Amino acid sequence: MQAIDETTASQDRRAPVSIIYEWLTTVDHKKIGLMYIAFALFFLLVGGVEALLIRIQLMVPNNHFLSPQVFNRLFTMHGTTMVFFAGMPILFGFGNYLVPLMIGARDMAFPKLNAFSFWISAFGGILLYFSYFGGSGLYAAGTAPDVGWFAYAPLTSKVFSPGHSTDYWSLSLFLSGIGSIGTALNIVTTILCMRCKGMTMTRLPLLPWLYLVTSGLVFVAVGPLSAAQIMLTLDRYLGAHFFDTQAGGSAVLWMHFFWIFGHPEVYILVLPAFAFANEIIPVFSRKAMFGYPAMVAASVAIGFVSLSVWAHHMFTVGMGPAGNTFFVFATMVISVPTGIKIFNWLATIWGGKISFAVPMLFCIGFLFQFLVAGLTGIMLSAAPFNWQLNNSYFVVAHFHYVLVGAILFALFGAFYYWYPKVTGKLMNETLGKWHFWLMVVGFHLTFDFMHIPGILGMPRRIYTYEANRGWQGWNMIVGVGGVIQAVAILCFVYNLISSYRHGEDAGTDPWDAWTLEWATQSPPPSYNFAIEPTVASRRPLWDLKHPEDPDSDYE
Amino acid sequence: MSTPVSGVPINQSEIEWRLPYRGTIGMGCLILAESAVFIIFVVAYVYYLGKSLNGPTPSQVLELPILGTICLLSSSVTAHLAVSALRKGNLRSCTANLAGTVLLGLIFLCTTAREWYHLIHDEHLTIKTNLFGTTYYALVGLHATHVVIGLVLLFTAFVFALAGRVKEEHLEKLDVLSIYWHFVDAVWVVVFLVVYVLGR
Repeated sequence: MQAIDETTASQDRRAPVSIIYEWLTTVDHKKIGLMYIAFALFFLLVGGVEALLIRIQLMVPNNHFLSPQVFNRLFTMHGTTMVFFAGMPILFGFGNYLVPLMIGARDMAFPKLNAFSFWISAFGGILLYFSYFGGSGLYAAGTAPDVGWFAYAPLTSKVFSPGHSTDYWSLSLFLSGIGSIGTALNIVTTILCMRCKGMTMTRLPLLPWLYLVTSGLVFVAVGPLSAAQIMLTLDRYLGAHFFDTQAGGSAVLWMHFFWIFGHPEVYILVLPAFAFANEIIPVFSRKAMFGYPAMVAASVAIGFVSLSVWAHHMFTVGMGPAGNTFFVFATMVISVPTGIKIFNWLATIWGGKISFAVPMLFCIGFLFQFLVAGLTGIMLSAAPFNWQLNNSYFVVAHFHYVLVGAILFALFGAFYYWYPKVTGKLMNETLGKWHFWLMVVGFHLTFDFMHIPGILGMPRRIYTYEANRGWQGWNMIVGVGGVIQAVAILCFVYNLISSYRHGEDAGTDPWDAWTLEWATQSPPPSYNFAIEPTVASRRPLWDLKHPEDPDSDYE
Repeated sequence: MSTPVSGVPINQSEIEWRLPYRGTIGMGCLILAESAVFIIFVVAYVYYLGKSLNGPTPSQVLELPILGTICLLSSSVTAHLAVSALRKGNLRSCTANLAGTVLLGLIFLCTTAREWYHLIHDEHLTIKTNLFGTTYYALVGLHATHVVIGLVLLFTAFVFALAGRVKEEHLEKLDVLSIYWHFVDAVWVVVFLVVYVLGR
């Protein structure tokens, strides 16, 4: 198939300074998307190293590999980094790169706001890690935060958290919150106002649809987080009393405010993962997506219901039976639209001509692990069960099942799937399969076995433990699994770099896919499409390749 | 039937293809996010009503800001008039209405400043005093911040209008600005009800 644009990319060599200047000042959505992804991958590695240190500390009982203070800082930084500076930016990066291409637009709706959002988020991440230079470090300003990623009051008050570590935490989250809202605003406006001719909302690919829902969640979830950070900062700098229990303030109010953000946040992270699976599974099954309207409806339903489940993090706080019952019910209801999605993916695969390329392997891993994560989620959403396991390692295992087993797996699938579009080179399949199988083995060793010490009563955030608790064997397995995952990720990073230099040429459309991003050349020129495309169905490239039997005849 | 032209199918029957204006959608998103922020501050205010451990209480120190409220709400009307004047091409009326909006907004800000001066200087109520002080200054201050931002934007628009640089093609932009200003006013209605009517 011929690319839309025939002009060849200029191969002239330029001075490194001018290339760096171009990247720093760019307003091109593709470059900003790539910078988001690079920034997030860097923090993914940093957060991963922190996780490894935590696991090494817990591998054997009575371990003093780390000091308790360093341990506290590590789990706080691990959680904060992974959610705010790895998870959200990487998903926004993919959104930035793909949404305009998939809807046939030349750029985002507000290119300058896009650059601003990226840089302010990046600055938030740098600020968070700059805190390490304080206190006992280079500058006497403070040191890394050690209050846990949800920073419960009154631990964050001046009395219990002196110095500036908590200020670094709240300011960096506030900055990244502004960046997230800016990017989400841009994505919504791009999808609603920049679609190419003929792309009605019912012909919109599922990826932009899910980014639309995700962005909606960003507005109503990240706003409260920013509000809570303002309050916390007022408490710490101006002596206000929002979360000061000595002056009648409430610690539970912080929990509510944090989880009003914190639970939808899980869906902000998982909906883009669904979006990747929605694009990859049909292409590698050689079938159109089963139940497109049901998929859209289920996503919107998840978006709405996720706003009313936050207090399932607070069953043990004393809300009373009425409150608990409401949040048990609301949480369990989420499994209905999620179930619809799983059935639709299975129905798409069913009877398809399946090709087990690396992106598809990761999506199958995603499907299976997401199902298991959903099952432990239903267990935890039952208040009596939750009372038993609240704040134990069972909870940690459950949410890592979602974050790693579902989101990270779908994300790796997305990397292998869109890498040829971004670089023009295919990623190495053999290394990719090594990456996949090592990841599967490491993941299941780590997070399957992590449930067990949780059931045996091991609390989360514990620094070390006695030998007679029956946790040590399990923690050893978990630690070994963590090391295997680290090897898998190194495999992936090596593949990313070496395929860029030595990979096979991918051509415009290596997967024989159906959405518009594969209609332009790889990598796409700065204006994306030389002629703005017009579409007549959900699979424009199918129509193009099969003019005798186009989709538009059936829709 | 579709014909492949330069890589992508073109629909032969030319359809009317209209998309919403991006400024309006963007402002709608911003308002959604800002509403979520304000809701959190309002919830904190209501939650802490009557929970202060020491005085003064709202009923002892707060007075109804009638003048400020009237000015702010009328400024919404003048903002609307400015947009409709521009739509009719009446630049002189547009400029005058923008000036009126800025003036009314400034009067509102002055009444807030006077109220804060009175509370801090005479009643010794600061953000540190008690929960009422904390939530009151945070909520009203957040709203005042939005008023200041709106006034800066409106003043800029006024200066451009005075210099004759505002044309009919800027109608959509001015409309987006007026939507923001209406939102700030609507928030004030909520703040007024919660802080000065219910809370007192």
